[in-house]
Amino acid sequence: MPVSVRTFASSGEAAAALSADRGARYLGGGTLVMRALNEGDVSISSVVRANDHALMRIDAAGPRVTIGAGVTFARILAERDLGFLHAPARSIGGPAVRNMGTVGGNLFAPNPYGDFTVALLALDAVVSMQGGLGSRDVPIEEFLQSRERQAGTLVLSISCQKPASAEAFRYRKIARIKPKGGSVITLAAHLPMSSGRIIGARVALGSMAPTPIRARSAERALEGRSLDASTIGAAAAAAVEGTSPGDNALASAWYRREIVGVHLRRLLSGQE
Amino acid sequence: MTKTALQFHHNGHDVAIFVDGGTNLLVALRELIGDMTPKFGCGQGGCGACSVLIDGELHLSCLTLAETVAGRSVETLDGIKDGPNLHPLQRAFADNFAAQCGYCTPGMLMAAKALLDRNPQPSRAEVVEAISGNICRCTGYEPIINAVLAAASGGRARA
Repeated sequence: MPVSVRTFASSGEAAAALSADRGARYLGGGTLVMRALNEGDVSISSVVRANDHALMRIDAAGPRVTIGAGVTFARILAERDLGFLHAPARSIGGPAVRNMGTVGGNLFAPNPYGDFTVALLALDAVVSMQGGLGSRDVPIEEFLQSRERQAGTLVLSISCQKPASAEAFRYRKIARIKPKGGSVITLAAHLPMSSGRIIGARVALGSMAPTPIRARSAERALEGRSLDASTIGAAAAAAVEGTSPGDNALASAWYRREIVGVHLRRLLSGQE
Repeated sequence: MTKTALQFHHNGHDVAIFVDGGTNLLVALRELIGDMTPKFGCGQGGCGACSVLIDGELHLSCLTLAETVAGRSVETLDGIKDGPNLHPLQRAFADNFAAQCGYCTPGMLMAAKALLDRNPQPSRAEVVEAISGNICRCTGYEPIINAVLAAASGGRARA
């Protein structure tokens, strides 16, 4: 079914076109929208693109990084200052998918995809969106909770603080096919330490709910404690609370609930 | 609906076609240009059978909007041989039994070419990573990995 394709020079014009048309979708790398078109999704009547260079910028020199929504995972992997995001980027698709898929698009990827977003959630990222009167910043958790309603707005960039240390940020994707494949569970944890105690614990899970979510009970079990065996045990036991995984070809909801604590324990204790 | 004019470089030749809005590059290559070498496997980005090089980078043509390659260089398997002479990768695949049904082969060869063009002496792990986006049901992958390593060590990697 032919769709109309409109390409704009600025993200502002593209955002206006998106919000004016219920059947319009923004085309980033193509891994989501082209798949939908290939599968005959009739809800898409037009495709919007923007050649705005601001969407491709990476600002990673300082303590807070900003990554344009159009930046691909291959470019993340080529950027030394984004080393803390290399494990999540590397876990996505194969080389071709990493040349195409974008940070902005991943925010909208449904289960069993969206692994980079899980990492961003653990890092308390902020999503910058083009609104009617300029850009506005939305914390990523809030963005994900209202994701269905965001289809008519344009993501410009995401930003986050670099992790407290290389040790503090951990990421793991459990997949059937290695190195690529959809996720059974994706886990990310940011555990800044102060005087041997965890301050500001963040644990994010993918494929454990309709969108990536924070494992708040596990975070409470970690907060203010040292990262020792009993703390890790308490966090692992609490990991499943608040989750609502679904069944898919990769794993059943039951299986995901059974193993989330096991994998969180391994992630927190640095086990393979 | 009006069609869009699209001009790009296909295996070193300038081509000009008209595409419907939303047409993907795989359809444009196979049905409008007649290059049957990239294959349709899934339409979802999971199998890699449609892999092509766009400006030297490995891409999935089934997920590429055709009109986004305007002015760019698209390389498919059909273009890697030199007249009657096989590319070293093609020779190595033949010599190492790296094709059985042949359906994954064009995608595997383009992924391997993308690797060797950047990294002429890859390690085994790097070859595995390079073809990690390509599924094969027949060979069990080992002959393919051996063929890529053989092509890398056997001859000069051709540009």
